[in-house]
Amino acid sequence: MFAYSIRRIFMVIPVLLGMSIIVFFMIRAIPGNPAQVILGQKATKEAVEALTHKLGLDQPWYVQYFKYLGGLLTGDLGESIRTGASITEEIWPYLAATLELSLAAMLIAIVIGVNAGIISAWFQNSWFDYVAMVLALIGVSMPIFWLGLMEQWIFAINLDLLPTSGREEVRNPVTPITHLYLIDTLLQGNTEQFVQVLQHLVLPSVALATIPMAIIARITRSSMLEVMKSDYIRTARAKGLSMFWVVYKHSLKNATIPVLTVIGLQMGLLLGGAILTETIFSWPGIGRYIYEAIGYRDYPVIQSGILVVATIFILINLLVDLLYAAIDPRIKYN
Amino acid sequence: MAELARNGTPVQNEKVKEESVSLWKEGWRSFKKNKMALVGTGIVLFFILLAVFAPVIAPYEINDQNLSMRLKAPSSEHVFGTDDFGRDIFSRVIYGARISLWVGFFSVLGSVIVGSLLGIIAGYYGRWIDGMISRIFDIMLAFPSILLAIGIVAVLGPSLKNALIAIAIINIPNFGRLIRSRVLSIKQEEYIMAAKAIGMSDARILFHHILPNSMAPIIVQGTLAIATAIIEAAALGFLGLGAQPPNPEWGKMLADSKDYLTQAPWTMVFPGLAIMLTVLGFNLMGDGLRDALDPRMKN
Repeated sequence: MFAYSIRRIFMVIPVLLGMSIIVFFMIRAIPGNPAQVILGQKATKEAVEALTHKLGLDQPWYVQYFKYLGGLLTGDLGESIRTGASITEEIWPYLAATLELSLAAMLIAIVIGVNAGIISAWFQNSWFDYVAMVLALIGVSMPIFWLGLMEQWIFAINLDLLPTSGREEVRNPVTPITHLYLIDTLLQGNTEQFVQVLQHLVLPSVALATIPMAIIARITRSSMLEVMKSDYIRTARAKGLSMFWVVYKHSLKNATIPVLTVIGLQMGLLLGGAILTETIFSWPGIGRYIYEAIGYRDYPVIQSGILVVATIFILINLLVDLLYAAIDPRIKYN
Repeated sequence: MAELARNGTPVQNEKVKEESVSLWKEGWRSFKKNKMALVGTGIVLFFILLAVFAPVIAPYEINDQNLSMRLKAPSSEHVFGTDDFGRDIFSRVIYGARISLWVGFFSVLGSVIVGSLLGIIAGYYGRWIDGMISRIFDIMLAFPSILLAIGIVAVLGPSLKNALIAIAIINIPNFGRLIRSRVLSIKQEEYIMAAKAIGMSDARILFHHILPNSMAPIIVQGTLAIATAIIEAAALGFLGLGAQPPNPEWGKMLADSKDYLTQAPWTMVFPGLAIMLTVLGFNLMGDGLRDALDPRMKN
């Protein structure tokens, strides 16, 4: 387990390096002079030269890259062209908003997805199984941005149950501590704000959760069906254990590996989907941060935003792989 | 081969041909029995027909503006209602099928061609070439795909063509890995060794033996990838990074509908429904093809 974990952690390093190269060359791949593209055609020659110098584009590429890498290693993500602020300092509130949204969505996806999959497998070919699997099939094919708009239309506009957009009540803003608003409001003991933040979280997190939920339900069902056919499950039943116990203890534990894999993979989809969900629900997360940067051609923000999200994705997958090793003893011997 | 062993007769070319044909026939027989796959194929065919006959079916010109008919609810005159420029949504949704299917098909074709070439080179030649190509695939797959697509379009500039290129690029590693693993297993087969022994060139082995034997998983993966590509294209369009106005692209239509949710929800309902149905069709068809052609890929 220890040797495997160390090897797996070291495997992340070349991938992170490769990612930094791709993101670094992204700005250099802009047709023409990137500084001119950023400032627009009407920019003066001096302004273009100044920005070229500021971005380090007048130096050989390897010098630029090692400077960039050195900056990354010391936690320097560069400077936003639009605001002039350090991206490292500016990014956290956005990142926190995305994390809160993504974690809420993943929680919904796992709780509903895994249970729907289990019940479908338990009562295979029942009406619940059919309905759940048809819904899962539709869920996989659902464009997240359409679902988000439908939710707004039904639950916010027509039924007036939940807020349409935003992360907090505009007239009652949260005083940030960690920028994870649910935690912040709890720390401040402000129940009213906690409820408001929770209400704002419902629609975007459900929209974001739909696809992972559908995929998790399908995978859980198929891996549960496979496990439930095993001899040891039959033995457990024959010994008189209740079906509930057999399903939730014996089967689920062995069906966890494929489910865990898919959860790890879905996290990437979720982080990617966040950019769309955040646009629809005016959620001030990192997706929106990148999206707005595209409008302003603020390439350092686009680069760093993408790199930060991709790094989180890699770290989540690393965590999932390490969890496998903890859950499945066979992996230790590989 | 089992039959050959029983009969003890040498394999004739015709016999091989017959067997390979029967493999596809077998696949088709099994596909026909799968009701969900047939429903999916029906949906896909429906949208292909819509796209092909769009000029005949669409009752209005897609860019005909009629401000007196702004945001009108569905009626016998405009079955899906009208948008904020008074344009007929039904006609625009029909023409939108052309854009979505075009982007879906050609982006996947691009990924298949480039991914297959890279996968074949990596799998067949191995060693450092394989190491290098596989690492590039690993790194590309380390990005959430839509984010990488957004990055690529941000660099190339927003347009439908660039969205197609971005979607093709992000899907290359999926096909590359698939083909690489097929090549690795096929190149150990006896008939490939025999081909090498009689002095057949690498190119001939790759393109006459290995590639045709990898077609089934490519078709399955390709069909499912079209579904993803259509959603990705619509997502880029939704973010304003894909098709530009006045193109009737479904994602862009959804983005335009955002401001009229209260007044005119139909501007949002129909383009979204079209995306969902098309994607559902390709997903069902892809699942059916997988079960019929390549049961090993089944979860």
